Amino acid sequence: MASTKLIGERIKRKEDPRLITGTSQYVDDIKLPNMHYVAFLRSIYAHAKINRIDVEEARKLPGVVAVLTAEDIKGVLKPMPCAGGVPDMHMTEHYPLSGGKVRFVGEAIAAVVATDRYVARDAVDLINVDYDPLPAVVDMEKALEKGAPLLYEEFGENRAFTWKIAGGDVDKALQEADRVVKLRLVNHRVAPIPLETRAVLAEYRASDGQLTVWSSTQIPHGLRTLVAVQLGLPENKVRAIAPEVGGGFGCKVDFYGEEVLIPYLAMKLKCPVKWVEGRRENLQATDHGRDQINYIEAAVKNDGTVTGLKVKVLSDMGAYLQLLTPAIPTLTGLMMTGPYKIPNAAMEVLGVYTNKMSTDAYRGAGRPEATYLLERTMDAVAAELKLDPAEVRRKNFVKPEEFPYKTATGLVYDSGNYQAALQKALDIVEYKKLRDEQKKLQEQGKYMGIGLSSYVEICAFGPSAATATGGWESATVRIEPTGKVTVLTGSSPHGQGQETTFAQIVAEGLGLTMDDVTVQHGDTAVVQYGIGTFGSRATAVGGTAVYMALQKVKEKAAKFAGHMLKVDPKTLVFEDGKVFAKENPAKSVTMLDVGQAAYLAKDLPPDTEPGLIATAFYEPSNFTYPFGTHVVVVDIDPETGEIKFRRYVAVDDCGNIINMLTVHGQVHGGIAQGLGQALYEEVVYDENGQLVTGSFMDYCVPKAHQLPKFELDYTVTPTNVNPLGAKGVGEAGTIGSTPAMVNAVVDAFAHLGVRNIDMPLKPEKIWKVIQEYGPKRPS
Amino acid sequence: MLGGEVIMKQRINVKINGVSYQHEVEPRLLLVHYLRDVVGLTGTHIGCETSICGACTVILNGAAVKSCTILAVQVNNGEILTVEGLASNGHLHPVQEGFWEKHGLQCGFCTPGMIMAGYQILQRNPNPTEEQIREGLEGNLCRCTGYQHIVEAIQYAAQKMGK
Repeated sequence: MASTKLIGERIKRKEDPRLITGTSQYVDDIKLPNMHYVAFLRSIYAHAKINRIDVEEARKLPGVVAVLTAEDIKGVLKPMPCAGGVPDMHMTEHYPLSGGKVRFVGEAIAAVVATDRYVARDAVDLINVDYDPLPAVVDMEKALEKGAPLLYEEFGENRAFTWKIAGGDVDKALQEADRVVKLRLVNHRVAPIPLETRAVLAEYRASDGQLTVWSSTQIPHGLRTLVAVQLGLPENKVRAIAPEVGGGFGCKVDFYGEEVLIPYLAMKLKCPVKWVEGRRENLQATDHGRDQINYIEAAVKNDGTVTGLKVKVLSDMGAYLQLLTPAIPTLTGLMMTGPYKIPNAAMEVLGVYTNKMSTDAYRGAGRPEATYLLERTMDAVAAELKLDPAEVRRKNFVKPEEFPYKTATGLVYDSGNYQAALQKALDIVEYKKLRDEQKKLQEQGKYMGIGLSSYVEICAFGPSAATATGGWESATVRIEPTGKVTVLTGSSPHGQGQETTFAQIVAEGLGLTMDDVTVQHGDTAVVQYGIGTFGSRATAVGGTAVYMALQKVKEKAAKFAGHMLKVDPKTLVFEDGKVFAKENPAKSVTMLDVGQAAYLAKDLPPDTEPGLIATAFYEPSNFTYPFGTHVVVVDIDPETGEIKFRRYVAVDDCGNIINMLTVHGQVHGGIAQGLGQALYEEVVYDENGQLVTGSFMDYCVPKAHQLPKFELDYTVTPTNVNPLGAKGVGEAGTIGSTPAMVNAVVDAFAHLGVRNIDMPLKPEKIWKVIQEYGPKRPS
Repeated sequence: MLGGEVIMKQRINVKINGVSYQHEVEPRLLLVHYLRDVVGLTGTHIGCETSICGACTVILNGAAVKSCTILAVQVNNGEILTVEGLASNGHLHPVQEGFWEKHGLQCGFCTPGMIMAGYQILQRNPNPTEEQIREGLEGNLCRCTGYQHIVEAIQYAAQKMGK
């Protein structure tokens, strides 16, 4: 492979050979001698007092070595941490096992450890729990009513907190507006569903107090620190490993009770202990996402200018605060003005406790909610004023020459050209033609919809001062004695492909091939402290750390090469596996020569230490703000309400692209999840708080034939926040797609006066809209 | 029957990826656990345990099946092909190659099942349309790719195998 140009190309992934041959290792693939298995008993009630737990029968079952309940960890294990708190909030306390009271279906009550995973499950069935069921609170609006049952008597209310953000004077804007457009939107609860559920394995060596924890996590270093703190262990005696991780989508940025309890059991029982979450458990007890109700008031002028936006948000916390639960809706607030110049903006977020699983980060984490409410509002404004939705967007966009742009909510957008992305998307679908066709179809009583969504997202998390944990990332680049290169990244990819993209950066920088560079991650005994992979940060922040470490090690390698070639190191170029002076390519050394010189150290350059290794910690000066426009074109069957895709066009701008192949992949996957929410997916609890969607029979992850073919294109507006000019792309698809999809369907009925249909847009819902608003048929 | 009680184990003979195995197994042992925990072939994954996600797809006597809802004792005297047995003499199967070429995977967890499903689709129809491929993947969930690159991977394999 030619070594010179790698960045920006379509490069096949280095990760794939082990994954397509079944030779990789996820947590459940790891088997240790004398390994035991854990199964949990979980609450069958959404809200109940526990009178008694009888574990005697379970303990007697041969093969069972321990059964633990809350009693056994009382005073031993600490309450689970929340790092995303907001001021003046009612802080919840929860433990890996709950006693006394349970507050959602799936809450862990007892843990069984057995020699065999089947026996562990058998034993769970032998545990008897005496519950007193309590009235459950499921609906947020009802939870805030006076007299609603309380999750926490001591708080006297189900409100968790009130968080506000404001810029300008929104009330004045509303008073002075030509019109005020109002909407109530439900951004319903969905489940992240990584195909690999959560899994934890722990092994403790009592002789020297060494604990090793394997977990399907996005934050191995954070996990190490948290496990050490929770169990009171010295952090240098804890090793956390994220082996192959089968998807995360935000729900594995969290720190769960099982990640404390499994290591604790391994220490207590002196044997390796493994727990692998079942899919039902995953739907019950792994973080959910979204779940907001938005009450929107937009101040508009008759020409379509939006002068103010006031939003009240109810944000469902679920029953307990997980690591980042309360922080998620604050991102909705920060991003509420999106790509638009809305000078007056205010949001009030009410966090609400309900008898459901916690919400936390799910791909986009608060920003899809912002884009959804804003893009639905822009369409409602267009419909009210009988303006074209594209025109309303154009009128309100921040202009390319206005960057860096400070929003009403206090953010500073790095760079953008929203008009260009919108225009490109409109050109691809031939927008004008489509609108003409739509008119004709409407006259024939047919329903065709065109949905736009222009988004900007906040990515590359982020300056440390503005993030719940540190926001930097680390990298080490090490040229080995044979001239091969090892990269250690603090990012923790789990499908994103950074073993490839980071190798591209390093191979191109050192003039090597992709095969010459190996990227390692996910093991705290191997990699220097890092933050992890979430918030579209791996390339923009982790990649920049790699780039910085690369520059350092390259400088040192040049010293060795310059010394050998007797030329000024500053004149050297690294190309095609060789290092040479620009003006004299015939006289060169290889990376092998350089590696040997650095490690054999027989003839060191002046003032130079042996070895070739450099570590960098990159602290970003700002977030990055990728953007784009997605367009959906659909036909709707007037008889059945079924949606038929005609086009799905996405024009994204994530700044400079490192690998076209993996960027496509990220956008595809993001769109699929966003469409999943818009069309199919919904976590449903009944009025008693029972989880109705507890399996894949009921929770509808989209299948291949339910998704359209995606047509992707890009504009490139680099960021100046980092030297790569890359902004991040992991969440773009999720953020852009959901409102585009809903806008398309609502647009199909806008001429009949329909202003909103809440997700998911199942055929029966559309059918009802047609019955209500469509031409009445003779009965 | 509960785990602690004396359970009559049953002997099974199975050929997996061309290799013959004999084991004594509990009657309730699922095929997927047999493959993973007893034989040690962990390439076949468990994603839902209810035969919907397809991560556990293997080929049993020529037909793609969900190994999470078949008992090991049911495959006595059967022949199984798993993802580990697809490549031959160090050469990837065209379906595997397609997944690599077309970026048909991200986290890789659904991939073994997807590859086995793709293998079956092409066995039944060497020249499927895009729609037929999408329909053929109905029993397999992927959360990362949005399926488009998986469809392209199978198209790539179809073309390669047709040559």
